[in-house]
Formats: sequence, structure tokens, C-alpha cells
Amino acid sequence: MSTPLDEVFIKVRAENRAALIAYIPAGFPSQDGCAKIIRALAKAGVDAIEIGFPYSDPVMDGPIIQAAAEISLKAGTGASDVFAALKVASDAGVAALIMTYWNPIERYGVENFAAAVAAHGGSGVITPDLPIEEAELWLSSTSRNAIHPIFVVAPSTSDARLAHVSSKTGGFVYAASVMGVTGVRSDISLDAHELVSRLRSVTSLPVCVGLGVSTREQAQSVSSYADGVIVGSAFIKLILNAHDEASAITAVSALAAELAEGVRALR
Amino acid sequence: MSNEVKDQVGHFGQFGGRFVPEALIGALNELEAAHNSAQADPVFLAELARLHRTYTGRPSIITEVPRFAEHAGRARIILKREDLNHTGSHKINNVLGQALLTKRMGKKRIIAETGAGQHGVAAATAAALMGLECVVYMGQEDTRRQSLNVARMKLLGAEVIPVNSGSMTLKDAINEAMRDWVTNVNDTHYLLGTVAGPHPFPTMVRDFHKIIGIEAREQVLDLTGKLPDAVLACIGGGSNAIGIFHAFIPDTDVRLIGFEAGGDGVETGRHAATITGGTPGVLHGTRTYVLQDGNGQTIESHSISAGLDYPGVGPEHAYLHDIGRAEYRAINDDAAMSAFALLCKTEGIIPAIESAHALAGAIIIGNELGPDVTLLLNLSGRGDKDVQTAADYFGIPL
Repeated sequence: MSTPLDEVFIKVRAENRAALIAYIPAGFPSQDGCAKIIRALAKAGVDAIEIGFPYSDPVMDGPIIQAAAEISLKAGTGASDVFAALKVASDAGVAALIMTYWNPIERYGVENFAAAVAAHGGSGVITPDLPIEEAELWLSSTSRNAIHPIFVVAPSTSDARLAHVSSKTGGFVYAASVMGVTGVRSDISLDAHELVSRLRSVTSLPVCVGLGVSTREQAQSVSSYADGVIVGSAFIKLILNAHDEASAITAVSALAAELAEGVRALR
Repeated sequence: MSNEVKDQVGHFGQFGGRFVPEALIGALNELEAAHNSAQADPVFLAELARLHRTYTGRPSIITEVPRFAEHAGRARIILKREDLNHTGSHKINNVLGQALLTKRMGKKRIIAETGAGQHGVAAATAAALMGLECVVYMGQEDTRRQSLNVARMKLLGAEVIPVNSGSMTLKDAINEAMRDWVTNVNDTHYLLGTVAGPHPFPTMVRDFHKIIGIEAREQVLDLTGKLPDAVLACIGGGSNAIGIFHAFIPDTDVRLIGFEAGGDGVETGRHAATITGGTPGVLHGTRTYVLQDGNGQTIESHSISAGLDYPGVGPEHAYLHDIGRAEYRAINDDAAMSAFALLCKTEGIIPAIESAHALAGAIIIGNELGPDVTLLLNLSGRGDKDVQTAADYFGIPL
């Protein structure tokens, strides 16, 4: 299958750089504010955007994304808002993805969810708490609707399991850089580089690294060995700390532009 | 029917399984292997049996309660006295087993979640006994409501970390414990307190509690010469219930009845009756019945009993419900408190408010079935911890 996400990787390979992927929860900081931030990210040079489905029990998220999810949920964000944000991203010319815990998909209906992602221009869905052993239905639904099922692997994942997970994954493999939750980290561990190297020997899929990246230097360093750099908490922290939506958008645009330079620095 | 229904990857029919980040898969595999090998290791089993004999106080006795039964259709009612265990509830069965497994895996640190503090106290006890570092996550709201148990855990050498995210109660304490575990999985065991969570927890925790039913089945046979007509237990996550049910699953003439926390009444929406009022979903790593809204967001549960105040339930119970082997009913706060008072005054036993839900259930079932039946009831815990709540409820000045 060929989605806008696949085109992103063809393009960045041709430009000899890594892709920059941003994460923003739907409905954060507001429905309208989220749409504005998505457009600002696209304009600042982000290649793909993951729309987060805010969830009441986000066990893989640190305090920053937890706070954003809580704000969004208090405002009543639901599945329709997630798909609306996905459409905004897709219309803004970037590859549009969803990142969600599994239960909202199951509640919406597995087949219906995959169909709605496709209908709103989405290229794939990242499901960080869905091990492949539980993914049989999901894999057939994503395949039927021509979207990518994107799985996450960790430094603790064995080589045999990396091969197995990669063989079921589409679009790219999401490599979690550390053992831990989302957040901003001062160092991106050596584990990330090693994990990407181990993945290279079992898959030809693009590999993107997430968890902890917040600066131009980190983006540049990760892009020297990975096909994509995923940034979430760093953007959200700026939005949480901004005193109004306009200054949040300015700050997010500035960071996105810096990170976009980071992934474009010579390898 | 057999009493083992789980498949190779931890499913009970459509329920159970593993819904966790990839970072935990290795640790869950390690835990499963350690548990399987321990269950087949006579040395491990002998050590656990020794601890139960010399520390827990097993076998726990059974007590017939005829004066209470006068209010329950004069059915014959027999209590399994898990309230007499060290630390005051059935929770000790599981923590001793998992603490031994922690040492077997060469890990030095345990983390645990707690709502009312009973599991936290039990985990801190096992950690003290075995020289393990212990961190307990507890919702900030619960640390305030249960400050005495916070002090007990600290006396036992545990660190108690208040959790101020989400609803600041048990489900958020579990979220925070899982975040700790993802981060520190190399040297840390997550000592989960109930038969929920990702495989192998529902099976493993059940295996450590099934001694309740094995003992009780034999004790009731000795006393009455036959099996009971029904086995009753309260159910939050469901560990004491599966503990007493499990040995009776093949005895298909024996009804298994779980009593969920009905709070203000299931119809009010303020309850913790997950099977009665919930829908299938995924929470904390397992597929089961969940209190959730149309977007799959967890709905906060409500119960006067902190130990039953959880919006999920063990997947094996979800399965036993779906195949019709066990029944689940809701008991509201007022019915539980009235049964609580009745046991105190008729039998001189102050039960945990959790267990009082099963006592209220016994009154209903006894009146339905009449004097010719025998009901076995798991008195899962004692009520010392609930004196403040009960005094508030009954208007006793302190």
C-alpha cells in the first residue's frame, strides 16, 4: 500500500535526512487551538503528525502528556474530535497518524475505527499497548482499510521478537528510546542507537525513535542513525507553559523549525 | 468441568490476555516462567506452606454463625475466617507467594498499589519479612482517608508515594505503579494485589489464593458431610472470590455467587458493580468488564468499601459470568452496612466492609433458598480498619 506516510519516507531518503514527526493530543489545548497548532507544525517543516487520543488511564505517559490528556478530556474530547484533528493534519499536507491506547479503539469498534482513520486521510495508527499477540483482528481491519498498523518496540525487546513485531508492522517501526514513560530527557540513551541497529538487521522498514527528544541537537543526533525523530512532550510542555494560545503557537513553531533544521543537518 | 480454563497466552474465553507496552513483555514472560517453575518446585511450595503455617496462621478456621443465620432464612451459614490471618485479610496469601517469587527472580525491590491500604500493608509486611525494598503507590485522596494504614506501612519500612493524578484513587495508583515498573523493570517486581492486570497476574494471584477454597471445601465436608449449596464472596478485583471459588468450579451443583459493590445503587451510576453495570473493555492490561463511557474512558467507581472501589474486575470472573458458572449481584452500601452491624451484634465478629457485601448477599440468598441449604461465605477480612467509617456511618461519636 502507499499512503502519505510512505511518501514521506521516500522523500526524506532522497533528501538524505530523517523525518520529523510531532505528537499532539486531540482537543489540546482546545479543539480550535489544536487545529491551529497542527497547521503551525506543518508550516514549520514537520513531516508527519500523530494525533493522540486522550485516555483516562495513560500508563505509558509521563506528567506532561498526562496533564494535556486531562485538559482535553475535561473539555469532552471524543473519537469524533480525534478524527476531525486527523483530517486537519491530512489537509495541512503532512502524513496524518493516530496514536492511541487500545481501549478507545475496541470501544469504537475495531473495523469502524480503521475505516474512520482511512476516511479522514490517516496513514496509520500507533498502538503502544497492543502487543502483536492481541492484534489479529486489528491487523485484518487495518489491512482491509489500507492503513498502517504501527507497533512500538523497546530496548528490552529480544531480537527474535523484534523480527516478529516488525513483520506485522506497517509504515515504520516505532523504537522507544528508553525503558520508561514519555517525557523530556536531557540525554537520549545509547539504548536507542543500539535498538535501531538491532532493528536494521531484522527489517527493511523505516525506524523512528521516540521518547525524550526535545532539542535540535538531540534531533540531529538521532537522525544520524534513524529514519525519523518523534517529538511530543517538548511541544506540549511549551503549550502548557504558554500564557495564551497565540504565544503557544509561536513557541511551538519556533521549536518545530529548530527540530526541522536538526533533522536536515548533514548526516 | 475442569477448574483450569485459561489458554496458553492467558485468555479466559474472550477475556484476559496482555495489553501492555512492549517494554513489559520480557518481564511478564520472566514472571510467568518463574511462577510456572515455582508451582512445580517442591522446595518452593514447602517454603510457602511453612510460612503459611508459622506466619500467616493457616489453615484458617471455619465458623458456623447460627444467630446471624436466623436473619437469613435460617440457612446454614459457615464463614471461612480469612479475617484471622496475619495482617487481617486474605491478602497475605498472595503477597507471601509473590515476595518469594521476587527473591527467586533475583529482584530486590517490590512496588505495589493500594486503595484502602490493606494490600499495601500486606506487601510492606512481606517485604519486611524477606528484606526487600518496598514502595507503595496510593491515591492522595486515599492517603487522607486511610492515614492509619499509611502509618502502618511506614512502620513496616515501606515508602508510601501519594499519587495526585487523575481521580487520585486506586486506579491512578495502579497507573503510577505501572509507570514505575516500565522504568525500573530490571530490578523491580510489581506485586499486584488482585486477580486483574496482564497475564500472568490473574492466574498467578489466583494460584496463591486458591488455598482458601481447597481448605474450605475439605472443612465443610468434614463438618457437614456434604458440599455446600452455594459459595459466596464479595468481589472488587476478585481475589478473595476466585480464591474460594476455584476449588468448587468442577462441583457444578455448587452455586458460586459474587457480590459486587452497588454503592448508591447501580441505577444511580455511583457504584463499583463492574460485571452488573459495566461493558467488556481493556483496563490495566487485561480485557474484562469495565466501567467506561462511549469513548472507552474509564468511569470512576463509588463504594463505601475502599477495597471494592475499582472500575474493573478480574478476567476469570468475567469469563465465569459469561459461561454462567458463577453469578454476580450488586449489594448497595446500605445493605452492606446493615449486614456489617448484624454480624457484629449476633456473632461478635466485626467484618471488613468488603466482606459485609457477601454477608448481605447471604441474607438475600438464605431467604431465597430457605433453611435446608448450606452457604459457605468467605469472610475475607476483619473490620478493625473500618471502625472510623462505620462510626461515621452509624453516627457513633469518636
